[in-house]
Amino acid sequence: MSKVSIEIDGKPIEVESGTYLLEAVRDLGVDIPAPCRYPYLKPKPSCRLCSVEISEGADSVSKIVTSCNYPVTAGLKVLTNSEKAIEARRAALNNLIGRTAPTTLLGDLAAQFKIDNPKWGHKYVTCIFCKLCIRVCDELVGAKALSFKKVTDQDTTSIKLDPEKCILCGACAFVCPTNHIKLEEAQDRPVVHSEMSLGPNAAISLTFRQAVPNVPRIHTEQCIHFTMGGCQVCSEVCPKDAIHYDQPDQIEEIEVGTVIMATGFQDFDPTPMKQFGYGKYPNVISAIEFEQMNNAAGSTGGKILLENGAEPRSIAILHCIGSRDDNYHKYCSRVCCMYALKFAHLAKEKTDAEVYQLYIDMRAFGKGYEEFYHRLLDEGVNVIRGKGAEVVPVSYKRSAEGGLIVRCEDTLIGKFREIPVDMVILCTALEARSDAAAVGRKFNISTGADGWYIEAHPKLAPVSTTTEGIFLAGVCQGAKDIPDAVAQGSAAAAQAMRLLNKGEVLMDAAYAEIQEQFCSGCRICNGLCPYNAISYEEAKKVSYINSALCKACGTCVAGCPTGAIKARHFTDEQIYAQIEGILT
Amino acid sequence: MSFEPKILGILCNWCSYTGADLAGTARLKYPANLMSVRVMCSGRVDPGFIFDAFKAGADGVLICGCHPGDCHYVEGNYKCLRRIPMTKTLLQGFGIDPNRLRLEWVSASEGLRFQQVVTEFTEQIRSLGPLQLKEWGYTPHQSEAGHPEPQPALNQ
Amino acid sequence: MAKPKLAIYWAASCGGCDIAILDIEDKILDVANFFDLAFWPCAADFKYKDVAAMPDKSITLTLFNGAIRSSENLEIAELLRAKSVVMCAFGSCASEGCIPGLANLTTLKEICDYAYLKSPSTVNPEQIIPQPKTKVPEGEISIPVLWNTVRTLPQVIDVDYIIPGCPPQSNQIAAVIEAVIDILQNGKPLPPKGTVLGATDKSCCDECPRKRDVKKIKKFVRPFSIVPDPDICLMEQGIVCCGPATRSGCGAKCVIAGVPCRGCYGLPSHIRDQGAKMVSAIGSVIDSQDPEEIERIIATIPDPMGTFYRFSLPDSLLRRNQA
Repeated sequence: MSKVSIEIDGKPIEVESGTYLLEAVRDLGVDIPAPCRYPYLKPKPSCRLCSVEISEGADSVSKIVTSCNYPVTAGLKVLTNSEKAIEARRAALNNLIGRTAPTTLLGDLAAQFKIDNPKWGHKYVTCIFCKLCIRVCDELVGAKALSFKKVTDQDTTSIKLDPEKCILCGACAFVCPTNHIKLEEAQDRPVVHSEMSLGPNAAISLTFRQAVPNVPRIHTEQCIHFTMGGCQVCSEVCPKDAIHYDQPDQIEEIEVGTVIMATGFQDFDPTPMKQFGYGKYPNVISAIEFEQMNNAAGSTGGKILLENGAEPRSIAILHCIGSRDDNYHKYCSRVCCMYALKFAHLAKEKTDAEVYQLYIDMRAFGKGYEEFYHRLLDEGVNVIRGKGAEVVPVSYKRSAEGGLIVRCEDTLIGKFREIPVDMVILCTALEARSDAAAVGRKFNISTGADGWYIEAHPKLAPVSTTTEGIFLAGVCQGAKDIPDAVAQGSAAAAQAMRLLNKGEVLMDAAYAEIQEQFCSGCRICNGLCPYNAISYEEAKKVSYINSALCKACGTCVAGCPTGAIKARHFTDEQIYAQIEGILT
Repeated sequence: MSFEPKILGILCNWCSYTGADLAGTARLKYPANLMSVRVMCSGRVDPGFIFDAFKAGADGVLICGCHPGDCHYVEGNYKCLRRIPMTKTLLQGFGIDPNRLRLEWVSASEGLRFQQVVTEFTEQIRSLGPLQLKEWGYTPHQSEAGHPEPQPALNQ
Repeated sequence: MAKPKLAIYWAASCGGCDIAILDIEDKILDVANFFDLAFWPCAADFKYKDVAAMPDKSITLTLFNGAIRSSENLEIAELLRAKSVVMCAFGSCASEGCIPGLANLTTLKEICDYAYLKSPSTVNPEQIIPQPKTKVPEGEISIPVLWNTVRTLPQVIDVDYIIPGCPPQSNQIAAVIEAVIDILQNGKPLPPKGTVLGATDKSCCDECPRKRDVKKIKKFVRPFSIVPDPDICLMEQGIVCCGPATRSGCGAKCVIAGVPCRGCYGLPSHIRDQGAKMVSAIGSVIDSQDPEEIERIIATIPDPMGTFYRFSLPDSLLRRNQA
């Protein structure tokens, strides 16, 4: 592509030939309104608000063109703010105003172009007929679900939707310059703190911020390209050319010597506990949502805000939501007391809110924890010994205003209390991942009644599992805080290293062996071994056990009808002797 | 004195023995009638062990393994599951109430369940009464003092 | 030098073992040449009192066949034990109870009731059942007391060797006799006490020529209900064959003929209970993990007690019906 020289408002500039004028002008920092322009669609002037005055060559007559779709040619002279250009834009704007209802976009432009008392042509229809929605649906998405329709008094939308064709991608609403098109909420609960997923809810996103490798991935089931075949905007914008749609999913098989299970936990979903109104009242949020709000890179930029954007005047922190609760999890989640205190500290630091802690027992068990608790007491946090019983709006009539009341029994003063607050934080339980049992089965380790993985021994082998070479680290083994998880992780790593360094495995002395002189080759044992340790030697007409594969379960020993298989350390003689010994 | 049954428990190493251990560490009490033998897997249980236990004076035999699908050795417990019904058929043939033998699944986390199973089974065996074996206890020297089984009085 | 004395006795048995001894063909002449036949009620007329009159340990070898189920059986067993140097349990009845041992599944009363009263062929209008002691005008007469429980020979007396089989195969008998003669003539040491003679330590499968593979059984069938493939393991075809838990030595004659092994050679040395082992082995190869299906498959095994303990019931761990 060759460069061409043009002149904009008297300034010479070099641009690539074929560039649209609007881009060239904007490159120069001149702002021209162009609401019907979307960079990933072919320009199609409909609003004409981007009009500029041009003249080609020294002698030619100047004319008004729409800059969005006018390709530059050498020697072009452009005037963006000439009398003629402004007048053309004002005329275009007046034309739009004469067809639509007031909108911020056009209102602001009217003010910019000094149109006093704009004569709005319609009461309701905010569509400026730019066709962006239809074009994006047709050209980019490929669903072809939208078309113009006649506006009536009853139905003030100007766009007709074919629900059969619509894939609910939301591209039309995204490109609409006046917000005429709105996506309706699919769920009852408006998305308040939408950062719960730790990333935009787009079809292409980072799984979570600390993900390794930290690269976004495309969720094909939501991606327009994978649904309809169009779009590909992401690959267009990617400066590194890193997006390939034809990259197939790959299953990698990695040979390993040891495995450390660190599958973590999932957050307890408090929605079923209706009494706390999670999902019903927007200012009742879970601990992780509050944590996200405090993240400087989060949805509120680290500010503690209510749904309406105001700062809360009072916050209640409810402990033990889903834990220490016979109906949900009996165990203590261990981390909540301390993070709840941290929350109180953050709230005190960032806001002037009154903070209430509603706890069953304050479990400040770790190093420095009790001291932190006392510091919080000194900071003026209200601690109430009593589990929050219910969260209700201040008044059902005025529930829209957002005020909440937390009901509880203060067991230290023996009184029922109602505390008015703006925000309620639920300290939800840590629970085992819903797929923990299925994953565990793959590794031949089991889960306990509470769903956590079972360690080989609660005291003597808290990191190992019943399967040799598989170790546990972190919360997947049971609720624990960061220092404990780090300690266990280090221990697991050390255990794994110990095996890897040695490069050889110490075999258990217990294994089964076939006494060849008694084996008749009936092959009953052949199908019994889950580890395929038993093979049949056709030549000798005997079966053979590979002791390296044998895990000493003894199933073949019991199954051997001639007693030719001997289970070392669990021989028939030993077991019979035990049975007879303890019974007589 | 009330009848205190002798019950042999054959427990698998990974689930049930650990479950029994848990019952212990949790200070759950279960009848002392159960005497346990540890095997690596319920698949190791040979019906001969069961017959031998009855021969040696057990009034009941309880076999515990991992829940189906949770076997440490993938499917050893299924082998046990297949052997026990046939063993019960043979027990019936030997004139021993098959209810004196029970197979239960107890996982490593089910200390409470272990307690309940043992308590319940002990009560069941208690209600079945002592198992008195006829042939055992005979020695040929008794023949000097007369045969142990005189001809039963048969009607004419 | 006097010839060594040989005694052959039958207790509760069918006489098949005695016939099997005669079946050794011309080797029987060696027996007659080498031994002095001291006692063989099946073949010749001997009196118990003649045996009782012999000095202790005067009989070199006694081949005792038949189970012990009456006072007479026991008396003669103890008598022969006292008179014999080597006592050999000969055949399945003596060593493990065999078919007479199946009486242990029921009671003596049931047996007598059936034999003397209920059997369709019985005509016994006076309902007479034999009694151990009966008063007659001449005085009191007695017959041996029949026991409720059938026992094996090793359960009542000290036995030196066992020759299994129902009956022991003639070639094995011949081999044993040859070995005995060899020992006695050449002063060779006796095998250790308790040795099973005329058999091996492996199972019947060792001699079975059928092709075997990994077994998975969905259904059991009876031998008459299918035409078994002549080359494939019978158990794989769903026929309950006790071969895997039966001592070899018989030459696998039955399985070669397409009839499943019944287990007459008794249990191999390393197991304690033939039926329990068969259950364990068969349970291992049932192809199902569904308790109900397992029950259904097991129900297709007819008469489990009679199948798995056909020969070894009195020698099993539990020995008899305990009800």
